[in-house]
Amino acid sequence: MAELIVISTLNGVLFGMLLFLLSSGLTVIFSMMGVLNFAHASFYMLGAFFGFQLTRWIGFWPALVIAPLLVGVVGMGVERYGLRNTHKHGHVAELLLTFGLAFAIEEIVSMIWGKSPVDYRVPAALDFPAITVFSTNYPAYKIFMLVVSVVIFIALLVTLKRTRVGLIVQAALTHPSMVGHLGHNVGRVFMLVFGVGSALAGLAGVIAGPSLVTQSDMAALLGPILFVVIVFGGLGSLPGAFIASLLIGLIQTFAVALNGSLASVFGPLDPSLGASPLTDIWNVTIAQIAPILPYLLLVLVLIFRPMGLLGTRES
Amino acid sequence: MHRLIVAAAAALTVLGGAASAQETLKIGYIDPLSGGGASVGEGGLKTFQYLADELNAKGGILGHKVEIVPLDNKTNPQESLVQAQKAVDAGIHYITQGNGSSVGAALEDFVTKNNSRNPGKEVLYFNYAAVDPSMTNEKCSYWHFRWDANSDIKMAALTNYMKGQPSIKKVYLINMDYSFGQSVRSEARKMLGEKRPDIQIVGDELHPMLKVTDFSPYIAKIKASGADTVVTGNWGQDFALLLKAAADAGLKVNWYTYYAGGAGGPTAIKQTGLENQVFQISEGVPNSGNKAAMEFEKDFRAKTGISVWYPRAVNEMRMFKAAAEKANSIDPVKVAAALEGMKFEVFDGGEGFMRKDDHQFFQPIIISSFGSLTDKAKEPFDEENTGWGWHIVSKIDTDQTVLPTTCNMKRP
Repeated sequence: MAELIVISTLNGVLFGMLLFLLSSGLTVIFSMMGVLNFAHASFYMLGAFFGFQLTRWIGFWPALVIAPLLVGVVGMGVERYGLRNTHKHGHVAELLLTFGLAFAIEEIVSMIWGKSPVDYRVPAALDFPAITVFSTNYPAYKIFMLVVSVVIFIALLVTLKRTRVGLIVQAALTHPSMVGHLGHNVGRVFMLVFGVGSALAGLAGVIAGPSLVTQSDMAALLGPILFVVIVFGGLGSLPGAFIASLLIGLIQTFAVALNGSLASVFGPLDPSLGASPLTDIWNVTIAQIAPILPYLLLVLVLIFRPMGLLGTRES
Repeated sequence: MHRLIVAAAAALTVLGGAASAQETLKIGYIDPLSGGGASVGEGGLKTFQYLADELNAKGGILGHKVEIVPLDNKTNPQESLVQAQKAVDAGIHYITQGNGSSVGAALEDFVTKNNSRNPGKEVLYFNYAAVDPSMTNEKCSYWHFRWDANSDIKMAALTNYMKGQPSIKKVYLINMDYSFGQSVRSEARKMLGEKRPDIQIVGDELHPMLKVTDFSPYIAKIKASGADTVVTGNWGQDFALLLKAAADAGLKVNWYTYYAGGAGGPTAIKQTGLENQVFQISEGVPNSGNKAAMEFEKDFRAKTGISVWYPRAVNEMRMFKAAAEKANSIDPVKVAAALEGMKFEVFDGGEGFMRKDDHQFFQPIIISSFGSLTDKAKEPFDEENTGWGWHIVSKIDTDQTVLPTTCNMKRP
């Protein structure tokens, strides 16, 4: 049992940190521009595919640096030539732009790399069991993912809280128009933040690609859960996104590990009742409903605390 | 100039030979070509296209050139119905599908309804891999023919083998959460309970189908349960990723599987280092020792770059040709009548038959294990360049695989 708890915690924290890499960019973009970027998970996918391709050409380590930068450039391009032009038509136009972009990126990716998974392997230098907890091996690559995520989290926090750039970004989060009146180039701040956010998503893609599956539907698989994270964590709150990411990572991992069902708590139903939808509900285990738990959480948060865990404003 | 074109056209017609002289025989291939099931669906498509080429090289079916029309269903029943309707509208009378019994059941229902509503425009559904037993039992249809052994037949054979393995004490069941996975789970419980009541079922898991990208939480749970054996019907990426996570965590158990040989599976097994501890039940293996089948395998690998993963598809297409010739027609109604009860020499040797009562094909079944190949002359084929391949550990004759059916066939 102790083994299960330790391993599940490690797995949960790892998945949570990956979610954080993605949601940090999304939540900052959301609160600055008021736009829910539907294409954010697509940048994550682009990162994975760029990483795969560059790994083929020049190896994993250069790819780890170059691929996120490329994704960042693509992100800035989208902001500069797409979102900035649609901005004057209001949020709906911007939302639709990112929505369409998500589909376009998915199609382009499957046109170039095909629809089946690509063979994106863990680099040989990290392909060994790093630690053994009880009798379970924990791969070195996963430890590496964890370290990268933690480093990025700290770097992001320091940049936002301790630097002048961070100060402007923070101000723009809550009072975007005031920052503009003070003479800052809000447009450029937006573009840079969008670029950095996309690059972070790209980085998440590069490091998650070998561990999970790199294929053209990976954005669609992860996209919805990001929205849960930012709503749950609270708009524009990095610590909120951090807590929400970890919590959702842990909830999903631990829910899988649990076998409890109504039947195991209250005892099985009388067999004379026969098979009915009720017996299905009665016997369904927490493990089976694990995938929907985050969405349940989303609904509950929206009802009882619309500003999210650590959010400060409601819209 | 005009004359030249006419001459060229005439020459082309002559060169095209008998096969193009008549209307092409189109077969709608409805399977996933995108999404989580794509790797499996693409392998199937290559197989059917190769088989069509093989038939066409010998003059097609009754002089008709065979063409495979790929239709992407994204492993989704609704999408499959749209694609099936598209096929019907294009004048296609034969559809084939294999991946996902949820899809299979929808298509079976579709052809039944279509054929009763549109007499004269019948469509036959050739099923090469959807193995939910209900499709040839309570939900059986006259217009559906299944070449793969259904899940109960496979489980009966697998548990017969497991019965003789005293080292098995604690079994963990992990399956995909849909009709097929649920039938594997309930049959495994039932049959192991009858044949080896001393075996303890220490876990029984259903996970979302083709959606899980990291199985580590499930592997941690299997490990915690103390299981020595895992039984799974997982296929496609759900098998490859499950084994990959097991390899990462260093889980050492025996695996009894339906589809360990699918894309990515062999690579993941090699990674776990579980030599001869992963078993698969199938109707054929590359190293079967059958000369004709091994010649076919060699040529198939050279042309497609993958191994023959669907010997049943070979049986399906060859038997289709035989039935059409027996009926002397490619009219689906006549072909269906010819297929009923038909006996056929299967790809890997031995006789099989298409049972008239439920349209289930019965054939010899092979249990094999995956490990290094010692005798290259006898076992030349490895999988996915791992250097490891499938060895036969047990072979079950056709008559030993026959199970009763509850099908009450409604004939037209």
